Amino acid sequence: MKMLINVAENVVADALRGFAAAHPELTVDVERRVIVRRGAPYEGKVGLVSGGGSGHEPLHGGFVGKGMLDAACPGEVFTSPVPDQMVRAAAAVDSGAGVLFIVKNYTGDVLNFQMAAELAEDEGVQVVSVLVDDDVAVTDSLYTAGRRGTGATLFIEKIAGAAAEEGAPLDRVAALARQVNAASRTFGVALSACSTPAKGGPTFDLPEGELELGVGIHGEPGRERRAMMTSGEIADVTVEAVVSDLNPDGPVLVLVNGMGATPLLELYGFNAEVQRALAERRVPVARTLVGNYVTSLDMAGASVTICQVDEELLRLWDAPVSTPGLRWGC
Amino acid sequence: MNATPDPEAPVDAAFVRRWLDAAAAAMDRESARLTELDSPIGDADHGTNMRRGFLAARTAVEQDPPETPGGVLVLVGRTLISTVGGASGPLYGTLLRRAGKELGEEQAVSAARLRDALRAGVDGVAALGGAGPEDKTMLDALLPALDALTGALDAGGGAADALAAASAAADEGAKATTPLRARKGRASYLGERSVGHQDPGATSSALLITALAETARGDV
Repeated sequence: MKMLINVAENVVADALRGFAAAHPELTVDVERRVIVRRGAPYEGKVGLVSGGGSGHEPLHGGFVGKGMLDAACPGEVFTSPVPDQMVRAAAAVDSGAGVLFIVKNYTGDVLNFQMAAELAEDEGVQVVSVLVDDDVAVTDSLYTAGRRGTGATLFIEKIAGAAAEEGAPLDRVAALARQVNAASRTFGVALSACSTPAKGGPTFDLPEGELELGVGIHGEPGRERRAMMTSGEIADVTVEAVVSDLNPDGPVLVLVNGMGATPLLELYGFNAEVQRALAERRVPVARTLVGNYVTSLDMAGASVTICQVDEELLRLWDAPVSTPGLRWGC
Repeated sequence: MNATPDPEAPVDAAFVRRWLDAAAAAMDRESARLTELDSPIGDADHGTNMRRGFLAARTAVEQDPPETPGGVLVLVGRTLISTVGGASGPLYGTLLRRAGKELGEEQAVSAARLRDALRAGVDGVAALGGAGPEDKTMLDALLPALDALTGALDAGGGAADALAAASAAADEGAKATTPLRARKGRASYLGERSVGHQDPGATSSALLITALAETARGDV
């Protein structure tokens, strides 16, 4: 597999150096792997910190900036960051108003953020952690590590970030983050496996003519394999999975998210089918975002996330945001 | 090359450092195989991460060598937590940090104390990860190793023989994960499809126990 890299060991460091050069409005510590909003900590503002394995860009580093995250901690490719990174990030963004850790539900992320929260509190930083677990593909929660955190992460970082920007206290920001998580569901589909730089080739075998339903964002295979379907058929399966699990009785935000290698042309076509499938199920759509936001390296495919919103959540979603990956109203 | 160790208390700081060298060499040598095992049921990075962590641990110990076996283990554990990432970092870090803390300030310890340390570490892993036997995790190598070590020591075996028995049991435990269905970690999302693959964490755990047996035998 050809890749636009130097050596596999350095892909994260190389990307951070390039990210730093492109975004002088952020402080990028390439050595210690912490991306911080310049000017942090902001007086009286709750600090938002997230992180996770690299390979999901623009998540999380691309969401650092006004109205979203204060800091992000990128790990190795598909590997959670280490506690030292989050401790450093928490110290860098804490104004005394406390810090919210936004943690996707993967065993590695959970364990490392848990250790980091304990260490940061030893240093006098008040930390509250919110777990993201929106992936409905995981049905057997009793016998697994539970539902995974995927597309809802973007909704949580945006809405909790807007609340923090307005000066909401830590318990309010955390409550909003939990509300968004509880109101969000995601289902993903892969048309091809992704290739990690370390392996140099696909991490699983997905034959031509088949697709993987319920895929995760780390190249981990999903639940079920079927013969390739049309965009409309995929939208039906995907929308049915999230709507039947959430049963929304009000308007939703919709994220039609590319996994990395699917062109926007296809994503917009898929979105048309997603909107049709939602309308058929009488789910009103308040806002729609289409693009590559929570990716899985070079995987082809897409995920659909819906989040039921009230007026307050919608207002916070519409609030100004200025980050490398998401920008409006500024 | 070392002063003759006390046969009653063979495990000193130098012993643990020789074990660390053997473990780092094993992770370096087996990195590709661990990553290969991690591909079908994980995310294809276990070998890379373990190799990076153990090489960093060896460097940390070389730079500032602790004087006690417990001190070396604690430093290795802390370095793994800071460098490995994923679930493996906190889990292996906790295994070795707890083992080291169990030994406290003791200068040289018996095989029985090493067993106590391993038990403390394994208890820490079980508490942190929440896994039990046959969940297809590193515990499936560590628990049989602990049992075999205890059994051999209780039967009056010497350190080298007891650790050889532990190594064999860990190896068998790792192989026995193949037919199991994963219930913890990322492999659990595969459900029935995790069956038929040997667990990479159990495999790397067996490598660590084997390095311990090699150290006791004087191979390294």
